[in-house]
Amino acid sequence: MAILPKIPEYKAEWAEGEEGRWGIAIDMDLCTGCQACVAACSMENNVPFVGEHDAGYGRQMAWIRVERLWEGEYPEVRATPFQPVMCQQCGAAPCEAVCPVFATVHSQAEQINLQVYNRCVGTRYCANNCPYVARVFNWADYSNYPEPLANQFNPDVTVRRRGVMEKCTFCIQRIHKATDQAKAEGREVRDGEVQPACAQACPAEAIVFGRLDDPESRVSKLSKDKRSVKLLEDLGTQPRVTYLKGGYHGNLG
Amino acid sequence: MAISASALPHAHAESHAHHDHEAELRREHLMLDPKPRGEMNAMVMESMTTTSWKFWVVAGILALIVAVALFGAWGYMISEGLYLSGKNRPGYWSLFLVHTVFWVGISHAGTFVSALLRVFKVEFRRPFTRAAELMTTFALAQAGIQIFAHMGRVWLAYWMFPIPNQRQLWVNFQSPLMWDFLAINTYLLASTMYLFLPLIPDLAMARDRSTGWRKSVYRILALGFRGTEAEWTHLRIALNIFAFAILPVMFSVHTIVSWDFAVAMRPGWSSTIFGPYFVIGALQSGVAAVGMVVIVIRYTMKHMDYFIRKEHFDAIGKLMLVISMGWAYFFFNDYMIQWYGGDSFTDALLHFHEAGPGGWIWFMMLITNVAIPWLVLWNRAWRRNPVILFSVGLLINVGMWAERYIIVPVSLQINRMPFLWGQDFRPGIEVPIFIGTVAFFILLYMLASRFLPLVPVWEVQEGQMAHSIRKYGKEPVVTVAELE
Repeated sequence: MAILPKIPEYKAEWAEGEEGRWGIAIDMDLCTGCQACVAACSMENNVPFVGEHDAGYGRQMAWIRVERLWEGEYPEVRATPFQPVMCQQCGAAPCEAVCPVFATVHSQAEQINLQVYNRCVGTRYCANNCPYVARVFNWADYSNYPEPLANQFNPDVTVRRRGVMEKCTFCIQRIHKATDQAKAEGREVRDGEVQPACAQACPAEAIVFGRLDDPESRVSKLSKDKRSVKLLEDLGTQPRVTYLKGGYHGNLG
Repeated sequence: MAISASALPHAHAESHAHHDHEAELRREHLMLDPKPRGEMNAMVMESMTTTSWKFWVVAGILALIVAVALFGAWGYMISEGLYLSGKNRPGYWSLFLVHTVFWVGISHAGTFVSALLRVFKVEFRRPFTRAAELMTTFALAQAGIQIFAHMGRVWLAYWMFPIPNQRQLWVNFQSPLMWDFLAINTYLLASTMYLFLPLIPDLAMARDRSTGWRKSVYRILALGFRGTEAEWTHLRIALNIFAFAILPVMFSVHTIVSWDFAVAMRPGWSSTIFGPYFVIGALQSGVAAVGMVVIVIRYTMKHMDYFIRKEHFDAIGKLMLVISMGWAYFFFNDYMIQWYGGDSFTDALLHFHEAGPGGWIWFMMLITNVAIPWLVLWNRAWRRNPVILFSVGLLINVGMWAERYIIVPVSLQINRMPFLWGQDFRPGIEVPIFIGTVAFFILLYMLASRFLPLVPVWEVQEGQMAHSIRKYGKEPVVTVAELE
């Protein structure tokens, strides 16, 4: 009789405040809102191009968005700083508990939320339960890219068919490449060796990626900075993304 | 119980100096107007087998609608993708879930009318319990269609079944969708059995009075029921157990449906009162639908004017009024608790309900669910008027649809990320699919009315045996015997 593999735990069960393995710090004082992260992410992860019509109807599929809102009543209106938002890779993720078929699970190696495209049946409950609205759904078969774009698929990342949910993976293919390389050389992954596409593309170096369990890494130090905040932390989701915000920059946000 | 000496209202018009109170009672109440068993059996058989060409024209049109609007549109959506429906971000769920909850709600009244009224020995239930139970089964079938249409990859729906498999994959019993799936399946099974049990004596009756293919099918379905004392005793015991056991199932099903929303971390959904609020909402739409179905049966099927009388319209109208009051209480409770909670996102959502682009739907819900029933159904003459009662039932169902519409797509527009608040929601292919399920429901009901005795004859006969009129001097007094 074959030995059954251990069914992975879907839920991260570490204590409150304990840090996970990988994390991002985003300096909102540096972000210029140039959207390079959005473009780079879409190129890296084969994010579908939905076209003007569907994008206008709220079906754009970018895994990262640069948020900016207007605050106050006219004439005292000012812009909030640019805020790139992607999946926060929650330690206690609301999306994981509600999937009826375990299509979104917690990985034990990287301590991030995985979306298993092949397992997804498309109930979309995870997206409703995500307080960060970080998830996007393949409403149609968007894989027929317009011509020049069809030549730039990343071979390290699969394409998704219609009817499945997807979201930011912290560029897990790059994490794997770097950890495999480090393992082959018999060492730990060096800080800064792995960069997701958004961090790599950011001209202002506002996005910093690294290991949160290494107290010497840049991202660890930044996430303990006095300017650091986490999104909707009061919900107890234990997000892995930290935002750094020093204050307003006049009317320019 | 003493019948008051004052005459019934519509008897005043009679010119007789002395009117016949006893004849009045017999005209009013089915239980006091017995017919010989053979005659009543023949009436029910005739109501099943008498079919005019109009029936088949209507059935043909409905079948066409089902083929095109339901299976055609749904099949097209399966082959093309969910983009044909009106969903987007943040409106990940929309009309399919509205219609699922709508149909599950309709399905509730069947069990409510049948089991609860049976448990409390309410006598007016007797002629229309089966009509209500059939509604449960057929409405649950429509709810199933809607929830499958909702799925992104419906061809993998069997992955929701907890069956051991070589893929070594299992389902997540912590997901409210899984609870919902199990609860609705339990309810479908239980309500189908509960429909079948009291059907057995009537099927046996039909078997003994039919020929040809009908006889052979009834013979199988009647399970060899002969009407011996032992069989009746077993049937009564089984019915008693089922009537008591199915009530908690009924209340739990819609509570669990409400947990699909109440368990989620969303402003407007995460409300502890959702369980009873959904149950009373289901009864609200379901009892209104029972009223509509009973009226349609009364005026379209042969001999039904004997079985279904103004007293039944009156009783259903009273139920609708009481349930509407209950719904208003739970609506107020839900609103007040959310408002009192003081969460800023919930405040924004409550404001969006009333003053957003769908604000008129919110007000329409209150008018059709509360104002109209309260203004109309207190009046005995209006309750007994089939046109008025049907219209109120229809309006209540529109209002309950609006309630679910506000809970699902409207509430989804407001989340905790104001950057992604939505305003824009367009219905798409959900509309023909919904029209298709309505047609499918009516079609199934019509076909069943040709094959199953819609009136539980044995229950009516049992009730009529228990009732009698005695005279105290000149005054007729109704007596009811305890049967068990």
